Amino acid sequence: MNRRLRMWVLLLGLAGTAALLVAAAFRLPAFGTGFHPYGDRAVHEALARQTANTVAAVNFDQRAFDTLGEETILFAAVLGTVVLLRQARDERHVEPAPADVAAPVRRYALVLLPVTLVAGLYIVAHGQLTPGGGFQGGVVAATALHLLYIAVDYRALERIRPLGLFEVGDAAGEAAYLVIGVAGLLAGSSYLANTILPHGTFNTLSSGGTVPLLNAAIGMEVACAVVVLLARFLDQAVEIEGEGANEGENEGEGERT
Amino acid sequence: MMDVLPYLVAAWVFLVGCYGLATSRNLIHAVGCLAVCQAATYVLLLAVGYRKGGTSPVFADFTPGARAVVDPVVQALALTDVVVGATVTALLLALVIQVAKRHHTLDPDELSELRG
Repeated sequence: MNRRLRMWVLLLGLAGTAALLVAAAFRLPAFGTGFHPYGDRAVHEALARQTANTVAAVNFDQRAFDTLGEETILFAAVLGTVVLLRQARDERHVEPAPADVAAPVRRYALVLLPVTLVAGLYIVAHGQLTPGGGFQGGVVAATALHLLYIAVDYRALERIRPLGLFEVGDAAGEAAYLVIGVAGLLAGSSYLANTILPHGTFNTLSSGGTVPLLNAAIGMEVACAVVVLLARFLDQAVEIEGEGANEGENEGEGERT
Repeated sequence: MMDVLPYLVAAWVFLVGCYGLATSRNLIHAVGCLAVCQAATYVLLLAVGYRKGGTSPVFADFTPGARAVVDPVVQALALTDVVVGATVTALLLALVIQVAKRHHTLDPDELSELRG
């Protein structure tokens, strides 16, 4: 199929999809409607379990099993990326060179590092109260470590980032979520049921039953997963060099001289 | 018109992403287009859950019942959507790196032959 014909097929498909979507849009409940039966019930249930952040209650209480699936997708994707971005046979490992960093950048990043780390942990810990939670806080905390790469260089980052430990942390976060789920079973109710802990006082750190625990498990997994993911991509950029490409260049030069 | 405009915006963003995906000449660009398609689902989800005059469904700074809140279920779904989108993007970019290494090209049209 040539490019022109392909374009026509594409336009036909897009026009058809657009027509269907527009037709569907006019049959949906009007934007801003006051009728939200699921939302009202979710808010009611969240308040009954003393969870101020109802979004966290939906994710880690009412739909906790779906979040397990989501977390497993993350785990599997990290595993896939680690396998895809490993050092291949025709590649070699080069030591990253020390780099010069402008003094203001260095100061700014080093000041921001602890602030970002604490902010990340805060967001994880307050997931049941304010917007945020394990997913968001985990990413912020993982970003904090990488400020060291901006402030100093890749060797400094590698020193504070024992990758094996973070891989174990990723798995431990996933396992902790599963174990908290089993605890619900052992307590006599169902898997991941929010019944094993007292629900606490509304709008305090210890409220929400298992929600803060699941948030912490997710936070750990996400932080470790992001560190491992970025490490694999950074290795590709900084440390791993294709030997084939270099050899090709050298041979070419040899022929020319 | 305002009743359906957010839904139409979601449809438009989705179609633009699809167009970019189909006509892309660069795999990294294609991964970006997929992210655009996914952004349409965020718009759709949040539009479905909106309630006129509603605030965020987080009761940290006002008493429950004092104000109307938007639907928390779709917000939770949007969070799931974001996480899955980010992981899929990471996996696809890893694949793109491998494609670039093995085939020395990022143009999907040049990737017609199999190579071990």
